[in-house]
Amino acid sequence: MRPRTLTAYGFLTPYLLIFLAFWVWPIISSFWMSFLNTRRLPWTFAPQANWGRLLVDPAFANALKNTLIILVVQVPVMITLATVLAVLLHSPLLKARGLFRFAFFAPVVVGEVAYAAVFRLMFNYEFGIINKLLALIGIAPVSWTSNPTAAMALIIIAVTWRWAGYNAILILAGLQSIPQDLYEAATLDKVSKTRQFLFITVPLLRPIILFCIVLSIIGTMQLFTEPFLITNRGGPGGATETLGMLLYRQGFLSFNFGYASAIAYTIAAIAMALSLLNMWAGKERR
Amino acid sequence: MFTARTGRALALHAVLLPLALIWLFPLWTMFVFATLPDDGIFGAGIELLPSTAFADNFANLQHDTDFIRAMSISIGVASVYTLISVALTSMAGWALARYRFVGRTAVIGIIFGTITLPYFVVVIPQFIMVARDFNMANSWFALIVPPLFNSLGVLFMRQSFTMLPEEVFDAARVEGIGEWRTFFHIALPMTRPTLAALSIILFLHSWNNYLWPLLVNSRPEMMTAPVALGSLIGLTKVSWGGIMVGAVVLTAPMLVLFVALQRHFIAGISAGAVK
Repeated sequence: MRPRTLTAYGFLTPYLLIFLAFWVWPIISSFWMSFLNTRRLPWTFAPQANWGRLLVDPAFANALKNTLIILVVQVPVMITLATVLAVLLHSPLLKARGLFRFAFFAPVVVGEVAYAAVFRLMFNYEFGIINKLLALIGIAPVSWTSNPTAAMALIIIAVTWRWAGYNAILILAGLQSIPQDLYEAATLDKVSKTRQFLFITVPLLRPIILFCIVLSIIGTMQLFTEPFLITNRGGPGGATETLGMLLYRQGFLSFNFGYASAIAYTIAAIAMALSLLNMWAGKERR
Repeated sequence: MFTARTGRALALHAVLLPLALIWLFPLWTMFVFATLPDDGIFGAGIELLPSTAFADNFANLQHDTDFIRAMSISIGVASVYTLISVALTSMAGWALARYRFVGRTAVIGIIFGTITLPYFVVVIPQFIMVARDFNMANSWFALIVPPLFNSLGVLFMRQSFTMLPEEVFDAARVEGIGEWRTFFHIALPMTRPTLAALSIILFLHSWNNYLWPLLVNSRPEMMTAPVALGSLIGLTKVSWGGIMVGAVVLTAPMLVLFVALQRHFIAGISAGAVK
């Protein structure tokens, strides 16, 4: 048996070395740094410098508020849409299946920068094609990047466009893994399609939808590129600054690593708490 | 005959078609704008059809930032990253699937645990380590090595190896074929579809990676294509037609790959969801 263990670790070693160097050590290191005052050398132990500052920093309160608003609006909208899309794409009545799949799944391969550039141009106040199209149906141009509410809406629209298809792929895979004979048996028993959907499809999809919600919560808590590029560094005036943006400014523009680490752990704690809460709520209803 | 079935089919397409058009619209706009001269992009009219200024826009882009060099760096990084990462993750996946060894459960548990851990928790020390301690900012090492760890890939490979028939490997062992040869010459070829799916996802991941290359490779000569393109967004005197060309050049190869290898893409993406 012992030589087997050696062989196993032989296969694992390169992977584990990367893991230890670039994940395990950083996890410990950033936790430790969050208790250090890193604003001047030498770094000293001063928990209140970062954790205390979080409680009173208006920039942090603002970023937290923005992130949670995006989360609360965007995740339910996107998951609902993704579920509907998956169910529709799964329908045996669908023609040109490949084309429809391409339409919704293509954003998954589009990079953040490329799509941010397109959205920024499309939603430009003066020249953007969205405002031109709105004008056609008699809606006054929206100042997408200088009105705080519109800017938040823009971020939510962009993220939903980018990620709805990704979640639909996951949910569709779940739909395809439901054994067909469940439906056949139900049809034989004269159970209506609607009831089949409510009592077979929905319960069996619940774990996958929960998984999608958890992934989306973690992703949204880390939102960075969209406010960075689409609404121009979290603009207007910090109205779309997310926790990810604030972390970037503190850590990589001001090089205040301690405070940035405290923000990182706050993001992790909130993401984990919301995920657990969600998994608990999802279980309760069974 | 108009039956309930055709009625349902019509309703289905009536819902899905407008949605599909809305979803395709940003991509279509990207392609159209890449071919418009700047006065077309910033004109009063609604432009929905491609024009002929693609080459001019590309020249503008190349003038604003050395996009060809950035693309070369991106291609190199994504290729090398994919090769190394596939090797590391498939070896680790094999170890976890094939051997019962001390610490196996712990290793699997820890890898699972990192799936839910936000990247921000590791990115700051990674940056300090690479840029300050190793003094390796703006290098190929910085772009390729720190992002190598990924958890879903290992679990994906492990699952695929578990599904192979055990008897083949037991037979190989009886024949006296070494463990490493068994892995490289028997097990790996048997999981070719999984390897393809994994490679595609890893390549895509590296190709589109933005935050990490933005942090460690900010010197213009060592920028990847997304970083170079991102550096133009928000500048005042910049060609938007050029930026759209950059977006198209970044996106089009991935779309072609996606269409050609859709099955592998979707297998790779849904690997995390279905056990």
